Amino acid sequence: MMLSALIAVLFFGGIAAWMSEQRNPNAPRWFALATLALEALLAGWLFAGIPAAEMAVPATASSWLAEVNLLWISRFGIGFHLAADGLSLLLIALTVLLGLMAVASSWTEIDKRTGFFYFNLLTCLAGTVGVFLSADLFLFFLCWEAMIVPMYFLIAIWGHENRTYAAIKFAVFTQVSSLVMLVAIIVLALAHYRSGGALTFDYVALLHTKLDSNLGYWLMLGFFIAFAVKLPAVPFHTWLPDAHTQAPTGGSVILAGILLKTGAYGLLRFVIPLFPEAAHRFAPIAIALGAASMLYTAATAFAQSDFKRLVAYTSISHMGFILPGAFSGNLLAMQGAVVTMIAHGLSAGALFMIAGFLQNRLHSREFGEMGGLWTAMPQLSALTLFFVMATLGLPGLGNFVGEFLVLAGLFEASPIATAIAALVLILSPVYALIVIQKAYHGPLQNRPVLSDGSFRELAALGLLAAALVWLGLRPQTVLDVSKPALQSVRHTLNARET
Amino acid sequence: MHSDALIALLPFLMMTATAVAAMLAIAIRRNFALVNGLVGGGIVLSLLSLAPASHRAPVQVTELLRMDDYALFFIALLLLAGLAVLGLCHDYFKEREGQNEELPILLGTALLGGSVLAASSHFASLFLGLETLSISLFTLIGYPVEQRRSLEAAVKYLILSGTSSAFMLMGIAFLYAESGELSFGGLGRFIASEPAMNAVMVSGVVLIVAGLGFKLSLAPFHLWTPDVYEGAPAPVTAFIATVSKGAVFALLLRLFVETGGYGFAPLRPVLSLIAVLSILAGNLLALLQTNVKRLLAYSSIAHMGYLLVAFIAGAAIAKPLVAESVTFYLAAYFITTLGAFGVVSMLSSAQLEAADMALFRGLFWRRPYLAGTFTLMLLSLAGIPLTAGFIGKFYVFTSGADGGFWGLLTAIIVGSGLGIFYYLRIILAMAMEVEKIEPESEEKFVGLQSAVTLVVLSLLLVWFGVFPGDLIPYIHALAGSFGK
Repeated sequence: MMLSALIAVLFFGGIAAWMSEQRNPNAPRWFALATLALEALLAGWLFAGIPAAEMAVPATASSWLAEVNLLWISRFGIGFHLAADGLSLLLIALTVLLGLMAVASSWTEIDKRTGFFYFNLLTCLAGTVGVFLSADLFLFFLCWEAMIVPMYFLIAIWGHENRTYAAIKFAVFTQVSSLVMLVAIIVLALAHYRSGGALTFDYVALLHTKLDSNLGYWLMLGFFIAFAVKLPAVPFHTWLPDAHTQAPTGGSVILAGILLKTGAYGLLRFVIPLFPEAAHRFAPIAIALGAASMLYTAATAFAQSDFKRLVAYTSISHMGFILPGAFSGNLLAMQGAVVTMIAHGLSAGALFMIAGFLQNRLHSREFGEMGGLWTAMPQLSALTLFFVMATLGLPGLGNFVGEFLVLAGLFEASPIATAIAALVLILSPVYALIVIQKAYHGPLQNRPVLSDGSFRELAALGLLAAALVWLGLRPQTVLDVSKPALQSVRHTLNARET
Repeated sequence: MHSDALIALLPFLMMTATAVAAMLAIAIRRNFALVNGLVGGGIVLSLLSLAPASHRAPVQVTELLRMDDYALFFIALLLLAGLAVLGLCHDYFKEREGQNEELPILLGTALLGGSVLAASSHFASLFLGLETLSISLFTLIGYPVEQRRSLEAAVKYLILSGTSSAFMLMGIAFLYAESGELSFGGLGRFIASEPAMNAVMVSGVVLIVAGLGFKLSLAPFHLWTPDVYEGAPAPVTAFIATVSKGAVFALLLRLFVETGGYGFAPLRPVLSLIAVLSILAGNLLALLQTNVKRLLAYSSIAHMGYLLVAFIAGAAIAKPLVAESVTFYLAAYFITTLGAFGVVSMLSSAQLEAADMALFRGLFWRRPYLAGTFTLMLLSLAGIPLTAGFIGKFYVFTSGADGGFWGLLTAIIVGSGLGIFYYLRIILAMAMEVEKIEPESEEKFVGLQSAVTLVVLSLLLVWFGVFPGDLIPYIHALAGSFGK
C-alpha cells in the first residue's frame, strides 16, 4: 500500500492546496510544501525499509522491491499494479527533490490563482510518480496522460507572453504520440491473447510475449515514438524549446527535471525489455538519432539569445545521451544513462531556476538585456557558474560521470558512434561559457539596483549543488541501486541476441 | 399476443400513456411544472417497467419488435437521457415567454420513437420509429417560434430529414422488390442464399446507409448539423445529439448484425470512407468555430466517425465485441454530450443563448463549478484518461486493432490530435483572466434541476472513467447475447 500512498499523497495534497486558497491565498504554498515533505518522508521510509543488500543483488525482472497488485478492470485483465525497483526509486527521489525546488522557485513568482497552480503542480507530480511505478501498461498509459493536462494548464495559465501557442503545441505533440503508444499497447495485449495467453495488460505477463519479428518492430516503434517525443530526440523535439521558454519557472523545473525523464524511463523499462529483438535491430538508428540530437541541438543552443531557450536546447542535447546509453546493450552505458538522467535533472532544473530568478529581476530573458550581472549579484552569478560547469561536464560533478559512462560503454558497441558523440564535449563548453560571458561579464547596463539571491533562492540552489557534487564524487550509490534493474534489462536484450 | 409480449411492451405502453395523460392535463390546466413532472414521472415508470420486461427478454413481439437485453439497455439509456434533458428543459424554459407545456410531451414522443428504433427488427417498425422521432424533433427544434434561428434550423432539419427518409424508403422498397422480405431476419436469410448481389440490392443498401448517415450526421451527409445545433434551444440540441443519434446507431448495428450486412464486401470501403471523412471533416471544421454549439456539432460529427470505426471493425472481429464497444462508447458519449450542452443551457438566459466563445472567457473565475463541469466534459470528449470518454476510445481502439484496421486507427489518432487542440482552446478561454469584471447585472441563472442533472452526469463520467468495471459486465453480458 506504500506505493499507492506515494501517488495518493500528492493527489490529495493537491486538492487540499486548491481548497485552502479560499481561506488564505498564501496557504496553498504551505500545503504544497507539506505535501512534498510528507512524500519525501514516505519515499525515505520506503528506501530505508529495503535492506541495502537486497538492492545490490541482481534480480529478475519480476522480483520487485515493493509491489501492490489489485484487480481493476477484470474484463480486460487490467490490474492496479504498482511496483518499484531501484530505478523507479531513484527517479521518485529525484521527483520529490525537484518538486520541492519547483515549489521554492514559485514561492513569490506565482501570485495569482495560487491554489489551482499548486493543484496542477502536485497532480502533475502524482502522474509522474505513477509513471515510475506502474507495472500495468494500461495504468502506465493513464498516468502518462495524467501528467499532460496539469502541465498544459501550468504553461497555459501562468506562462509567459506566448503561452497559448506553446501549451497547445506541447499538448498536441504529446497527445498524438501517446495515442500511437496506446495502439501499440493494445496490439501487444491482443497479440499476447492470441498466442494463447490470457487477455492482460500486466507488464510482467507481457514480457514474454512471442511476437512475429515484423510486428514486434512496429510495436517497438509505437512505444519509441511516444518516448522519443517526451525525451525529446531530434526530430521530435520542436515542442520543447517553446514549452520551456513559456512555462513559469516551476513548470520548467518539472518539465526539464522530471517529465523528460519519463521518456528515458520508458525506453529502459518498456521498449527494451518488451521488444528486445526489435530493439536490437533498431539500436543503430537509435544511437544515430541520439548522436544527432546531441550535436544538432548543442549547435542550436549556441545560437540562442533567450536564456531559457538556450537551456532548453542544452536539455535536448543532454538527453541525447540517453538513447545510445539505453540501446548500446552495455550495462556501463545504461548506468551512465541513469546517472545522466539524474544529473541533468539537477543541473537543468537549477539553470531554469536561475533563468526564472533573473527574469523576476530584469523582466526579460534576453541576453541583450543582461551583461555585467556579476558585479550586481555575485552570489547568484557564482552559483550560475557552478551549474554551467556541471552542464559542460566538469569532472567531479554528476554530469561528467554520466556522460563518461555512456561514452565508455558505447565504445564497446561502436567506436565510431562514440567518436562522433564525443564531439559534443567540445560543443557543450562553447554554449555553456557563452552564457557566462553574455549574461555576467561585460559592462553593467544602467538599471535600478538589482538584489542578489535571497536566502530562499540560494538555499534551493545550494541544495541542488550539493546533490550534484555528491553525485559526482560518489556515484556508486546510484550505480548500486539501479544495477539490478538495469542488469535484467540487459539480460533480456542479450538473451535474444544469441 | 400473450402476456409475455405485453409485459415486454410495457415500457412502450407507459410512454404512450404518458403522452396521452400529459395532453389531457394540458387541456384541463396549462402549467409547465405540472406537465414536466407528469412526463418525468412517466419516464420513471417506463424505466421501472423495464425490470419486468427484462425478465421476459429476449422476446420477439410480433414480427416488428425484438425486446432483448440490447434493446432494453438502449431504451434505458435513451430514457435516462430523456430524463436529463427534461431536467435541463425545466430550468431553461421556465423563464421564457410563450406556452411551453407541449415541449415535455414532444420529448416523450421522441423518446418513444427512439425506443422503438432500438427494438425494431423489421423495416416497418424502423420507419415508424424513425418518423415518430423525427417529427417530434422538428417541432422541438422550432419550439421558440419567435426566434429566427430556431425556425430556420427547424425548416432545415425538416427538409433534409424528409429527404433522407425518402432515400431510405426507396432503399427499403428496392430491397423488398428483390427479396420480398421486410423483416431483418428474412432479409438476412435471403442475402445468405444469394451470394452475388445485383445492382438493385446494392442501390437499396446504399440508399439506406445514406439515409441513416443523415440521421447520424456522418460526412458527407453532415451539412445540417451545425446549423441545427446552433439554432435549436440548448437542451433540445443535447437531445438531438444523444437520443436521436444513439437510437439510430443502435438500430444500424442491429440491422447489420441481423441481416448479415457485414458480409457485404462492397459496403466496407464506402463505410470506411464515410468514417474517415467524418473524422477529418468534423475535426478540421471544428478548428474554425468560435461558437461553442457549432463546435460541439462538428465534434459530434467526428465522434460518430470514431464510433463508425468500431462498427466497421465488426466485419473482421467477433460481433459481441463490436456491440460492447459501440454500447459503451455511446453510453460515455451520452453522459459527456448531455453534460456539455447542459452547461451551455445553464449559462443561457432568456435573452441570450450562451454559445459565443467570448461568453466563456474567464468562466473559471466567475462560476468555477460550472466551468469545472464543462472542463470535465471536454476532457472526456478529448478522450483523456479518468473520464468515461477515454474508456470509450479505448474500446474503439481495441476493436480497430483487433480487426487490423490500421488506416482507420491512423485517422482516429490524427483526429484526436486536432481534437485536443480545440477542446483545450475552450478550456483555456475559460481559464483566461478577464480584465474588467463585469458588474453582475445578469443575475445568475441557477436552476436546481439542471444543477442536479449536471452533478449526476459529472459523477457518472468520473465513476465510469475510474471504475469502468462497474458498467462493463452488464454491457458485456448484453453484447454476448446480442444477435443470437
